[in-house]
Amino acid sequence: MKVNVYVTLKPGVLDPQGKAIHHALEGLGFGGVADVRAGRFIELDVADGTSDADLDAMCAKLLANTVIENYRIERP
Amino acid sequence: MKTAVIVFPGSNCDRDMAVALEQVTGRAPAMVWHRETELPDGTDFIALPGGFSYGDYLRSGAMAARSPILRAVADAAGRGVPVLGVCNGFQVLTEAQLLPGALMRNAGLNFVCRTVPLKVENSQSLFTASYKAGEEINIPVAHHDGNYFADTATLDRIEGEGRVAFRYADSVNGSARAIAGVLNDAGNVLGMMPHPERAIDRAHGGTDGLRLFEAALGVLA
Repeated sequence: MKVNVYVTLKPGVLDPQGKAIHHALEGLGFGGVADVRAGRFIELDVADGTSDADLDAMCAKLLANTVIENYRIERP
Repeated sequence: MKTAVIVFPGSNCDRDMAVALEQVTGRAPAMVWHRETELPDGTDFIALPGGFSYGDYLRSGAMAARSPILRAVADAAGRGVPVLGVCNGFQVLTEAQLLPGALMRNAGLNFVCRTVPLKVENSQSLFTASYKAGEEINIPVAHHDGNYFADTATLDRIEGEGRVAFRYADSVNGSARAIAGVLNDAGNVLGMMPHPERAIDRAHGGTDGLRLFEAALGVLA
């Protein structure tokens, strides 16, 4: 079973990489981009019976640093 | 004094740290590989060195914080054994939740490598007793992810409890409230981005870092 995990910076946490990407987009002539936030996408291939609780623990214990990041789990 | 330096794949300041510890204690530290599950018996000072443990995969310090030896380090820290984390070692300590906050990409996005002035905020800790409160010292930094972040409540709490050991005297990396070094609530764990082990010999350009080791290792002049 493929599970998608999206790790994103919490609102209010400064994202220097997002700012640099935003700046580069403007440099390429793309106007009208209000903001850019960069995150991480992780694809897990897990056993079919893997519980939501286990997936949640994987995110909380390792995949995301919950001091600065939120995560969202997308099951098939 | 039995000291130990934890070595991860990708550590690159472990030997500098060992030189500093040996210079002060007269005894070479045990170099403890990350796969070990125990520290040598009687270890009474632990250093987590700088570098790029596990290639900074996932996040700086994230993999090292989950390595087998970190459980032993956390246990020792819980018993009051002094633990010093420098640079990547600081990142590992925050990832292991032995210290509050997180270290993010420098606000200017550049790797910063130069000697910077630090203001000693807390001169009462076992690591900083050789300094005067408010004193300015010069210690080199060399990092890409040194931008200290914690939520406002956490920042207020650690400031209120005197747990900010050092602040940058100049703007370096965008750290919240210019925090360069943080203590745990018991005061026996210190994480700092600047490298005191790179300022222990006059040939380094200064010896302000040596005083930290002398204080922490109980050999105050």
